[in-house]
Amino acid sequence: MASPVIKIEQLSKKFMISHEAPERYKSLRDVIANKGRQLFKPDREKKKSTEEEFYALRDVSFEVNAGDRVGIIGRNGAGKSTLLKVLSRITEPTHGRITIRGRVASLLEVGTGFHPELTGRENVFLNGAILGMARSEIRRKFDEIVAFAEVEKFLDTPVKRYSSGMYVRLAFAVAAHLEPEILVVDEVLAVGDAQFQKKCLGKMEDVSKNEGRTILFVSHNMGVIAQLCRSAVVMQKGQVSFAGTVSQAVERYIQQNNNDALEYVASESSAKKNIFIRNASVVNRKGESVENILVEENVYIKLRVGINQYNPAAKISITLQNMVGDFLSTFVEDVGDYYKDNRQTEFEVIIKLAAGIIAPNSYALRFAIFIPHGAVHDLVEMACPFRIVDSGSKMALFEGANYGSFILDHEIIN
Amino acid sequence: MPEANYVAPELIIEAGRTEKNYWKDLWRYRELFYILSWRDIKVRYKQTTLGAAWSIIRPFLTMLIFTIVFGRVAGLHPQGTDHYAIVVFAGMLPWLFFANALGEASTSLVNNTNLITKIYFPRMIIPASSVIVSLVDFGISFFLMILIMAWYHFMPPWQIVFLPLFTVMAFLASFGISLYITALNVKYRDFRYVIPFIVQFGLYVSPVGFSSNVVPEKWRLLYSLNPMVGVIDGFRWCIIGHQNIYWPGFILSNMVTVLFCFIGVIYFRKTEKTFADNI
Repeated sequence: MASPVIKIEQLSKKFMISHEAPERYKSLRDVIANKGRQLFKPDREKKKSTEEEFYALRDVSFEVNAGDRVGIIGRNGAGKSTLLKVLSRITEPTHGRITIRGRVASLLEVGTGFHPELTGRENVFLNGAILGMARSEIRRKFDEIVAFAEVEKFLDTPVKRYSSGMYVRLAFAVAAHLEPEILVVDEVLAVGDAQFQKKCLGKMEDVSKNEGRTILFVSHNMGVIAQLCRSAVVMQKGQVSFAGTVSQAVERYIQQNNNDALEYVASESSAKKNIFIRNASVVNRKGESVENILVEENVYIKLRVGINQYNPAAKISITLQNMVGDFLSTFVEDVGDYYKDNRQTEFEVIIKLAAGIIAPNSYALRFAIFIPHGAVHDLVEMACPFRIVDSGSKMALFEGANYGSFILDHEIIN
Repeated sequence: MPEANYVAPELIIEAGRTEKNYWKDLWRYRELFYILSWRDIKVRYKQTTLGAAWSIIRPFLTMLIFTIVFGRVAGLHPQGTDHYAIVVFAGMLPWLFFANALGEASTSLVNNTNLITKIYFPRMIIPASSVIVSLVDFGISFFLMILIMAWYHFMPPWQIVFLPLFTVMAFLASFGISLYITALNVKYRDFRYVIPFIVQFGLYVSPVGFSSNVVPEKWRLLYSLNPMVGVIDGFRWCIIGHQNIYWPGFILSNMVTVLFCFIGVIYFRKTEKTFADNI
């Protein structure tokens, strides 16, 4: 039918990682100090400053047709965000080319450029212009945007006085009224309350279906991808590992994750964080790493936490996720309960989950180490995939069907 | 908005491509430039309680001190015919504009990290819009200048018609150096500590509190390597009139300004591509 509106050919993006300076920017002081040091010890200094090439994207090629809604899935660090940044022209590719036909708007964040001192009205114009709308266009849609955000009363209040909900709604509303031919969206829908998220998704779906716009959508949330997109691209380590229909892609992604080892091991860069998950696995009673667990058995989570810089306020949360990434249940523990000695650089805990409650199905775990209402030190999602296997209950007949995530104890009382 | 006979623009992204479309893009993003300048101006006067009054109080007090220190105490008042306050103010107008612009622009990119990492636009818009904010301050101070002239019943000479030209020169000098410094500041984050020093140092080597005529003849040409010398001399010539211009120095100084502007643009363009990766 149509020729592709986005054509990506052999796209690569290379970064140089310097092992000497982990900071992203240098200071003049350091440069002068290093130069000075080099004068005195020329040999040693040369050996130390090694640079490594790192391909965030390598030979990525795919095409998107007009009116397509394409999801891009992949784990953290698979190159999704870099791809979007290159597509949005924020950074340049190292090799390859992209040909785009049509006006592109990218939405890598909601409320980009919102200024707390400015009023809601002023921020709508500012944000609209930043997203690429002309002033006349914003003026035309202004009432619609304000109604969508439900902030009519607070239009002339500086947004620093807004509640966080109002702020996000206003930011979303501007973005939702963008009318480019091609819309590139990063995981922006992850914020805001569920009802409003739904409204935004609905709006985006409308725009795409009725007006034939092309949408490129990145998300971790398989549910949203499955709902919004028709086709998807799976990325792995900077390369496209699969491109096809959404259901195939999601399946492929889960499979990929399963093959990626059952045990989570912190990457080199994660191990530099203040507090981080060093190792995580699902084990059986004997402490062996397993993938399948019978429904009447206990699930054990073995967790090793590494500590570079201890913070007494740190907490760790463990969330049970289903295969599309929905949160099923979460519990939180204090890191301080296990950190006894301040020279300790790690500790291990084994957590026992009650048997007979998690229904036969496939699951994964999400770990977060965070300061309440503050920084997130480490975040691991969709890790340690495991399966609860039916051992012959009434439901065994439906093995493989998705009939829920937990078993509710019930009795017939009449 | 797609109209009936709308032809979708074709965009090609590849290494080195932004180079070619740069100036076209700069024009295409002019609306963003207006709105960012507008934001910077609005925010600047909103956050301070005194608001626009700052751009009156600061030059006024500086002028007062300069008039007393240089004119009365140090006795640098050259001819004795002009009102020294006006001589000082004519020099201070472009100088304060330059100093403000440098201060504002140097941190502008780093302060707008969120925009740079999330949205594409020609990055030059950001330092340019902060120089524009200083230009507004300059406008307010200029109004004060008119009041002072009225107070002394001083009638500016016919040369005043050239003032817009020198305002452009002042803009170029500020913009060129700002571009260079703001790009350096992305790379070396402690560069901003150098700026107050440059500004302070510059105040003494530029003819702000005195006329450049007090500089000995043999040093005059060397002295004119400072781009602000040409701009300030130009301002004085327009506003006071009969102060004669030292032409070789004046031409040299303005050439240095244009040169700085070129270097600034070239360096900025060279480093701009990696701002999003480095910031």
